[in-house]
Amino acid sequence: MAKLKKLEDFREEIDQCVKCGACRAHCPVFGAEKHEGRVARGKIALADALLNGEVEMEDRFLLDMSQCLLCGSCYTQCPNKVPTEEIVAATRRRIAEKKGLSTFGKGVATVLKHQGLMDLLAKSGGALSGLLFKKLPEDSGLRLRFPAPFISSDRTLPPLTGKPFRERCPEIIHGKKGQPTVLFFTGCGINYMYPEVGEALLKVLKFIGVTVIIPKDQVCCGLPAVSAGATETVESLAEKNLTALGRHQYDWIVTACASCLAGLGKIYPGMGEEFSDYSLKVKDIFVFLVEQGFTEQLAALPKAANRQRVTYHDPCHLRTRGIIEEPRQILKALPQVDYVEMEEAGTCCGFGGTYSVYHYDTSKKIGAKKAGFIAESGAELVATDCPGCIMQLQDSINHADGKQRAVHILELVAEALPD
Amino acid sequence: MLNTEFIAKLQQIVGNEYVSTDQADLICYSYDATQKQFLPDVVVHPASAEEISRILRLANECRIPVFPRGAGSGFTGGSLPVSGGIVLVTTRLDRILEIDEENLVATVEPGVVTEQFQKAVEKVGLFYPPDPASLKFSTLGGNVAECAGGPRCVKYGVTKDYIIGLEIVTPTGDIIKTGGSTMKGVVGYDLTKLICGSEGTLAVITRIIIKLLPKPEAKKTMLVLFDSIDGAAQAVSAIIGHKIIPTTLEFMDGRTIDCVRQATDLQLPDTANAVLIIEVDGDREFLDKQVAKIAEIIRPLGVVETRIAETAEESEALWQVRRSVSASLRKVNPDKFNEDICVPRSKVPEMIRKIDVIADRYQVPIVNFGHAGDGNIHVNVMIDSKVAGEQEKADKAIEEVFKGALELGGTMSGEHGVGIMKAPYLSLELADTVVDYMKTIKRALDPNNILNPGKIFPSDKT
Repeated sequence: MAKLKKLEDFREEIDQCVKCGACRAHCPVFGAEKHEGRVARGKIALADALLNGEVEMEDRFLLDMSQCLLCGSCYTQCPNKVPTEEIVAATRRRIAEKKGLSTFGKGVATVLKHQGLMDLLAKSGGALSGLLFKKLPEDSGLRLRFPAPFISSDRTLPPLTGKPFRERCPEIIHGKKGQPTVLFFTGCGINYMYPEVGEALLKVLKFIGVTVIIPKDQVCCGLPAVSAGATETVESLAEKNLTALGRHQYDWIVTACASCLAGLGKIYPGMGEEFSDYSLKVKDIFVFLVEQGFTEQLAALPKAANRQRVTYHDPCHLRTRGIIEEPRQILKALPQVDYVEMEEAGTCCGFGGTYSVYHYDTSKKIGAKKAGFIAESGAELVATDCPGCIMQLQDSINHADGKQRAVHILELVAEALPD
Repeated sequence: MLNTEFIAKLQQIVGNEYVSTDQADLICYSYDATQKQFLPDVVVHPASAEEISRILRLANECRIPVFPRGAGSGFTGGSLPVSGGIVLVTTRLDRILEIDEENLVATVEPGVVTEQFQKAVEKVGLFYPPDPASLKFSTLGGNVAECAGGPRCVKYGVTKDYIIGLEIVTPTGDIIKTGGSTMKGVVGYDLTKLICGSEGTLAVITRIIIKLLPKPEAKKTMLVLFDSIDGAAQAVSAIIGHKIIPTTLEFMDGRTIDCVRQATDLQLPDTANAVLIIEVDGDREFLDKQVAKIAEIIRPLGVVETRIAETAEESEALWQVRRSVSASLRKVNPDKFNEDICVPRSKVPEMIRKIDVIADRYQVPIVNFGHAGDGNIHVNVMIDSKVAGEQEKADKAIEEVFKGALELGGTMSGEHGVGIMKAPYLSLELADTVVDYMKTIKRALDPNNILNPGKIFPSDKT
């Protein structure tokens, strides 16, 4: 049975925090809010106090624990490698256990657990990655589950797809002999919001001739539920995916969503023996493509006369897993792209799954900084590898009255390949 | 617990939003890098000198102690609310007010983070040298209060060498200016220097006037492995003896190298018993010559290997050896007591030998690294404080290390200050008459002992 760790299980890691304050330099939320409760060091002190019975789960405590993007920026810079994002997620689960899921958390959990409901919402033009339900009909009972106040009225959202990606494609697309077989874990963002990214991925994989399996019965990776503290939801989604993926023979699982990569590659292996090979099997699409020698194939294409200036934003869940060069390599090799590096490409965009729904104001402040760096870079497009980031980057650019577009790298790759 | 009337008055001064008595907030402002914890009664986030002045007047009226706090990254407990009361956080005063390129002077508020200030002045070709290890997150206010140092101090000096003027709030609530924007100024006592390094006991700093330098065109890094600590120390003297002052002269002793070897895959030959990281800066064409000359000077001193960085990436790789130290040490033992003694440059090898003897006597691992160029050694006593008797051994070892440094004409602290951690040892270094002189100043300026009580002087401990 898939089981997530409890807060108590992090005792040793909590004790590793030496309160040096280094996280203050790297936490995007602290950068925007400048309050010690918002930074890793403060959260570790609070988690410690909770375990010691020195603090109650009162408003301020709940606020501090909700003010974390789970981006892992602090972890990469922490001299003692204290896994704050895991500790905060465990604290949120404990809060949910003792106080129940928040209304919003309940909404997240309900939708994520019921694949049919997600599909239905998408078809009725009302759902968005299982999290945001702005366009839900006024009279829908679901409004109660996804209360409007959570969705800020000035947030710009991508249009929703009528037909989810996985319903558009066959379950198996056979490739050339001698090429590996990959299982495409689509994630909700691509399935419901950005099906064109899924189509782009298929085009690229067909081009290199690998066999692709897209299991119809795969479900959400569960990362939004991790963020909301919904323990059972995470565990049951993991079980469902284990079954769905376990029906197939494949060499690798590929993702084109940084969050799904973290869900499958990092959260799952911590949940039990049965997931132990996931950390090795799951690969980001660009890591896979670089390993397949795709960079050279791209570089061999004739350079376009009119090229677009493109910059790259590092999704936290790639950066913190050390995937920094591969997406850039692919971008730089594209014939129609003039690559330009922006300042602070590696800082969080401020989306953080459910974070931007709870804390849209802070999220906007963090996003505004990012929009500034994108503008300064002179790029027309900002490319990335995570639907959540794309949504947040576009929203931030729109708020800054920018002209740039946020796209998935795969869209640019597909554009460069012959039809 | 403070009464509600007092809290209401604080709220009137800074606004409700910026006063908190929530348990969660009290916890978040109860610690610093010493890992010691003292809960305050209230946390306030003022936004101006006027607000701070009113807070101090109120605190004097009600006899409530006030503890100024920047990033809370100090190593001696300077910002800890040891007797409850008010934690006064300066992070909302975070504006760079002016960078005057004609006069090479900048004016900032205390909550500005050191590195952000450095980046801002470097954008216009200027340079603020002090570089404490915490520069990415510590604030300039805290740097001034503790007189922070850093590797570049060999050549460029410490924080107080760059502070030419201040606006402060006195312990009784007056807002006064010390020094000014001129390079010279001898009218009256040099109060600016008095405040620098006074550890928040004499004033709350609300504005800082900083002298800047032109930014050096380039820098070059070399890493030299020696077969003995004596060779490395002689190298430091020889380089400076040849009238070359490098920007940094960082060293690591044999025990530190062992830790790095065990904890990382960085390649360091077995014969290496000391490491020097030498960095020079200045005009580009002049650096290659200088590096070659340094290599020549130190060659006879037991050099095992010399690595010279040609690019910024290579330089970063060399610094990685030094940066990996902190994390490596934790693999030796979980708890680290980091002292920062300073001895005359030439006495570094003798000091290291003394420390080795102390480590053997008390059977505690002690690893040493730091700023060889100015004799500032970071002495790290590594223990597992959960094991019975270890803490006592560490305390005794540390006291002997202090005594050893003083015997060699050194000091207990080059950079971190006294705070609460070194207060018990103050009389080892300072004569009673000196302590009295200091206390007289403190009493005169802070008759109610409101501002950061319990720091520096052991008898003030509550």
